[in-house]
Amino acid sequence: MSDTTAPKAIEGSLGFIDERLGSTSFLKRNVKKVFPDHWSFMLGEIALYSFIILLLTGTFLTLWFKPSMIEVVYDGSYDQLKGVKMSEAYASTLHISFDVRGGLLMRQIHHWAAILFMASILAHMLRVFFTGAYRKPRELNWLIGITMFILGMLEGLFGYSLPDDLLSGTGLRITQGVLEAIPVVGTYGYMFLFGGEFPGTDIVPRMYMLHILLIPGIILALVTAHMMIMWHQKHTAMPVKNQTEKQVYGYPFYPVFMAKTGAYFLFTFGVLALMGAFFQINPIWLFGPYDPGAISAGSQPDWYMGVLEGSLRLMPGWETNLWGHTISWNVLIPAAIPLGIIFGGAMAWPFLEQWVTGDRRQHHVNDRPRNAPVRTGIGMAAVTFYGLMWLAGANDVIAEKFHVSLFATTWFFRVTIFVGPVIAYIVTKRICLGLQRKDADTLGHGVESGIITMSPDGKFAERHEPAKEEERAKLLAKENARPAAPAKDAQGIPAPSSKGPMGHLRARLNRAWNIDDIPVEEHGHDNGHGEHAEVEEGTESKESKELRS
Amino acid sequence: MSDDNKETAGSQGPRGEGEPRERVIGTPSPARDKALLAEDDISAPAGSGEQLDEQSARRAERTVALLFLLAFAASVAFIAYYIGWSGRNGGMHGILRAQESNFWLGGTMAAAFLLLAAGVTIWVRRLMTSKPITQERHELTTDAETRAAFTQDFLEGAADSGLTKRPLLRRTLLLAAAPLGLAPLVLLRDLGPLPEKRLRHTHWGEAVEKAKAEGKKGVRLVVDGTHKPLRVSDFATPGSMITVLPEGMEEDVPEHDVLTETAKAVTILINVPESQFKPAEGRENWHVNGIVAYSKVCTHVGCPAALYEQTTHHILCPCHQSTFDATDAAKVIFGPAARPLPQLPLSVEDGYLVATSDFPEPIGPSFWERG
Ligand code: FES
Repeated sequence: MSDTTAPKAIEGSLGFIDERLGSTSFLKRNVKKVFPDHWSFMLGEIALYSFIILLLTGTFLTLWFKPSMIEVVYDGSYDQLKGVKMSEAYASTLHISFDVRGGLLMRQIHHWAAILFMASILAHMLRVFFTGAYRKPRELNWLIGITMFILGMLEGLFGYSLPDDLLSGTGLRITQGVLEAIPVVGTYGYMFLFGGEFPGTDIVPRMYMLHILLIPGIILALVTAHMMIMWHQKHTAMPVKNQTEKQVYGYPFYPVFMAKTGAYFLFTFGVLALMGAFFQINPIWLFGPYDPGAISAGSQPDWYMGVLEGSLRLMPGWETNLWGHTISWNVLIPAAIPLGIIFGGAMAWPFLEQWVTGDRRQHHVNDRPRNAPVRTGIGMAAVTFYGLMWLAGANDVIAEKFHVSLFATTWFFRVTIFVGPVIAYIVTKRICLGLQRKDADTLGHGVESGIITMSPDGKFAERHEPAKEEERAKLLAKENARPAAPAKDAQGIPAPSSKGPMGHLRARLNRAWNIDDIPVEEHGHDNGHGEHAEVEEGTESKESKELRS
Repeated sequence: MSDDNKETAGSQGPRGEGEPRERVIGTPSPARDKALLAEDDISAPAGSGEQLDEQSARRAERTVALLFLLAFAASVAFIAYYIGWSGRNGGMHGILRAQESNFWLGGTMAAAFLLLAAGVTIWVRRLMTSKPITQERHELTTDAETRAAFTQDFLEGAADSGLTKRPLLRRTLLLAAAPLGLAPLVLLRDLGPLPEKRLRHTHWGEAVEKAKAEGKKGVRLVVDGTHKPLRVSDFATPGSMITVLPEGMEEDVPEHDVLTETAKAVTILINVPESQFKPAEGRENWHVNGIVAYSKVCTHVGCPAALYEQTTHHILCPCHQSTFDATDAAKVIFGPAARPLPQLPLSVEDGYLVATSDFPEPIGPSFWERG
């Protein structure tokens, strides 16, 4: 189309804004911004959209929820609890569920969205980790992401504690017990958070403020930063044809990506509405109001708290008493160490990897997981550790379902959280190397074509064909192990990074990182046609001959 | 068939003119359509970048329009249901109507979103004609010249402000800022009381004192919920368990504190067969014919240790499965708890069960000052 005058309405409003902000040059630069495409890139989008849905449905809920622990006698339309004494928080949650039209739906969508939010962040983080997308220059966004996940855990805990039903009260009680175990300041933290002893009357209004204002405010700020950094740095791309460190290949933001991402938002909302409509979640009316002497059996927290629950269950009852002071290892260790390892490790990882590999370049094209076996192995070890701990959070359910004794499940997990990650590391690394070997093979010898040829002297051989160009581009994206920098330079002066115990450690780790790399190389046949292919066919049949004899 | 094969083979391998044709056995090369190989470098949108076939485009357009129309219908149904049905007979009442309204509102809402989403997806994949494009990735790092210029400006500014030249200014500014930074922390002091000795006693202590002041032996145990005092004869069956509280708590404690005091004072009363009961040293007369009382607050992180297994006499906390032996001073048998449940000394007065003092140690989870 050669006609470049836009319709009047658009021209007019663009003009209005441009004359005041000069925005058109920004828009011009960004309207066709390229977004590389891969299914796994939508995981982060789902998290973003769940967050928006959380803000929308949450706002709806605040219109009726009363964050108060004043005792009232229930007089709503849920007959089973009529005349029962309960906190206003619980009564107003019942009111939202049974007397506000669409209230139950909004509550359920809100809760499902929280679960999806955390799940999609986790999936997104795993994608980023296993493809090495956190590498320079994207370490900051990696750190922001982890911070958001941790904040999400807190936000979720406060959120499901607000209705003040029996289940949430039990969760709060555990929170209080853990807080109390902190050395020196534990009891002060406890008294200050609860405004006195558990449960008191302050905790719900305080959590409410944190839940609807402070934490979502921080998350919103971090989301904004996350998106702006992503936009500025441009999205990473999977190692496919046309994607290089210098250029990005894909569809333009407007109209394709915009429409697609809009559709994702609608899908996310649609699916959550479906869940809210047809899958009951957190039926607080069945649990009853909080009563410190009661507990419902089989009470499980939301999934993202399962790790903490599991680690608390696995810990043996260790405690020390010294000079009139008590240290509860049985609470402190499980509360701090496992998640400390996971989150602390994840935060330090990009910098650790940089230190070990000595790779300080910027990366925009992702790694395929197989091409970084140590990273992938460690990632799988962490997944195993987390997963086992998480499963242990439901060991009573497991014991019941599979008819084994509870003690047996506890001991099973106590052992496997140490052994499991090691096995996972070894197995994963082996698989990665196997896949690398296969890739090298594909490049070197081509792909089995399924065609059996008979040569004039009567020998049968399967023809191998060179892989397609797209496939070759993907395989060749692998970077072969780079030789470690020599420990000494030409004059025999040791490089500063290789001195001292840290230098030795670094050298050893570097060797471990690279040692069993299987290099891939271009075999020089352009697009698989030409003389080389013929030569290769020759070798092929020689090999198959050897195989036969 | 054989023609096909020949063609496939011929088109794949390079072959000299004079070479004898190889005989080919087998199926056409899967290398052409094997997923591994044919996989697109970019998965969607499938139709874009192509010249649209007008006929199929029109079909796609009609499909999308239909989906949009259905989405429209679904949102109209949502509004119509809300106004017309969910409010009938004076609004929602009770669980059945809530459920019905939830299904209809949620169902129509989900349908509207999903239909719209499906429409947009088909639109993108079948109708948009954008081609994939390539863009440069810009160098993120600023060039050395600009960096140097900035450093220059920065130092100049610092010098101009006098901050570098006048240490007195600098130091007093820092000094002034430091306490100001602490102010918010100080302001948080009134969030709660100091722990003091609060965690060391429960309402049992006060209640026993009050009873003793009235010349009684101790305070009666009442059943949680009914507030009925408990006779020894009421609780004669071995194997039973019940939750008790000190008598008169509801009246003696200010109303907003009842729940908090209850949370500390909840106690389980268990009738252990006397033959199997092993009273701890110094606590020989703390039970009444095998009836013992332990704090219900788990010593792990405070859940109610609410489950009792009659045959094994184990008290089990459902939260993290700490297991205590009711016959043996509630010692920990399994699980993460580190210490036994504190025991409440019992006695009998006029046939009623009474507690003769508070728990001898702090109840609930351990804490730093506990000792
Ligand atoms: S609170 Fe009882 S086992 Fe953890």
